[in-house]
Amino acid sequence: MTNLTDLGIAAIRDGFKAGDFTARDVASAFNDAVAGAKALNAFIVETPEIALAAADQADKDRAAGTLKPLSGVPIGMKDLFATKDVQTTAASHILEGFVPQYESTVSGKLWNAGAGMLGKLNLDQFAMGSSNETSFFGNVISPWRRNNGDTAALAPGGSSGGTSSAIAARLVPGATGTDTGGSIRQPAAFTGISGIKPTYGRCSRWGIVAFASSLDQAGPMARDVRDCAILLENMAGFDPKDSTSLDLAVPNWEAALSSDLKGKRVGIPKEYRVDGMPAEIDALWEQGIAWLKDAGAEIVNVSLPHTQYALPAYYIIAPAEASSNLARYDGVRYGLRDLPDGANLQDMYAATRAAGFGDEVKRRILIGTYVLSAGFYDAYYTQAQKVRTLIARDFDQAWEKCDLLLTPTAPSAAFGLGEKSDDPLAMYLNDVFTVPTSLAGLPAMSVPGGLDALGLPLGLQIIGKALDEQTVLNAGLAIEERAGFTARADKWW
Amino acid sequence: MSVDHATVRKIASLARIAVTDDQVEAMVPELNNILGWIEQLGEVDTSAVQPMTAVIPNVLRLRDDVVTDGDVRDAVLKNAPQAEQGFFTVPKVIE
Repeated sequence: MTNLTDLGIAAIRDGFKAGDFTARDVASAFNDAVAGAKALNAFIVETPEIALAAADQADKDRAAGTLKPLSGVPIGMKDLFATKDVQTTAASHILEGFVPQYESTVSGKLWNAGAGMLGKLNLDQFAMGSSNETSFFGNVISPWRRNNGDTAALAPGGSSGGTSSAIAARLVPGATGTDTGGSIRQPAAFTGISGIKPTYGRCSRWGIVAFASSLDQAGPMARDVRDCAILLENMAGFDPKDSTSLDLAVPNWEAALSSDLKGKRVGIPKEYRVDGMPAEIDALWEQGIAWLKDAGAEIVNVSLPHTQYALPAYYIIAPAEASSNLARYDGVRYGLRDLPDGANLQDMYAATRAAGFGDEVKRRILIGTYVLSAGFYDAYYTQAQKVRTLIARDFDQAWEKCDLLLTPTAPSAAFGLGEKSDDPLAMYLNDVFTVPTSLAGLPAMSVPGGLDALGLPLGLQIIGKALDEQTVLNAGLAIEERAGFTARADKWW
Repeated sequence: MSVDHATVRKIASLARIAVTDDQVEAMVPELNNILGWIEQLGEVDTSAVQPMTAVIPNVLRLRDDVVTDGDVRDAVLKNAPQAEQGFFTVPKVIE
């Protein structure tokens, strides 16, 4: 029998339906893989009993002929989604021990579709980070290592680093991520998997611990494009509980998958050719262009003139929204309370927040507080929101010439843990290719394209028009079929 | 624009985060490094540009003005660090 943990979402769903194995067999195999991979620190909470209960239900449903879209499929859940009766921390100390009494809309949809939960996946604290080094529960380690004998621990990317590490190590066949400035796409690229951030508003934000509300968007991560399409269909959809949720029907993305790109024009934005980018990434980009041509697409050069201002605008807007969103952690209603002897209420707030937030979270709250403070609001926040308008307009103008864009996902392959963590700015620059799309709310996906000279995965990013996830997925599939990416990390954990 | 020690203390106080002198010392150059970098936004001519208010055009929905939940007091209080007699409790705020 094949190793069940080598199967992806579609293969599990279809094999289970066909009677090749039971859901309990699948859940047990993944539970064992999770239990055997503590060295990766991908999970904050493991929930093998929940995975088994869902599997037993799926086995019953199969016998009764009442299968659901994800019956028999166990998945991981980023620990940013509130899960009823299961600790939800956003990888922070301030939410340690928080047990939601409600279920986030997206996770609830996945469970209603028959999926089971293997556990809550580690992440950067409050999703703030690009290397998963800001979690209160410790760094996540990538299963990948350089092929030169160097056993240095590598970053799985962030913020969805537990998700990317677990999928690449085959501890889960797929899992949820969230993306505020690249937190699905960059970790996918670092670990040789696929991930899509849908259009802002496709997936409900209700029950997701908020970071920057105008940017936060949930999306799936998995080993291939089809699996992403399947998961996204079961995550997206209108939710009256989220005022920015789009009231639109969920397309049948999986059924409409096609790698034939005839008639599609692919734009290549010249501003994404940044100084100091490794030649291998440039070469992969050229290769990606050739693959899309081979799939029938026409290639056109486009310009997104305000690209260089996207990161600084993001690092005003996201911290500003974070400083507001994180004001709720006050030691009164939930989470940590630090009440020094003789402290008054104000002292309690300040002590609780000092003890409960990590350094990067504090840094962003302080920047956000500063840029929103009297006298600075217009110079920083209003100016950033105007630049954001210009960045969105750049994309609108590009769409007059093309239907999608192709770029690298990240300016480097995975770096080592500790290599960038002393310099916040160097870390922020890792999101240079993913942030513009987030600011414009557009759908974008990363798919693996190849390996660098050290044997580490590199990703290509496809950016689409608002609501056109289908074209993004189709182009991802066209690259996937041509790249033939089968490399996987050798098991050392 | 750059921040000094007093400004960092003031921001931290506004953000209700207790900071030590050592932390302030470390934060001043760190925040200035980041603020110096985002300063480049000033180069962009935005005189004829409206600030973005919605990423994807959407309508603000209205719903009937009726109660849609409630009767969940125990669930609301379940995670409170200190809940007594159906209330959140805090240190005394009036003398």
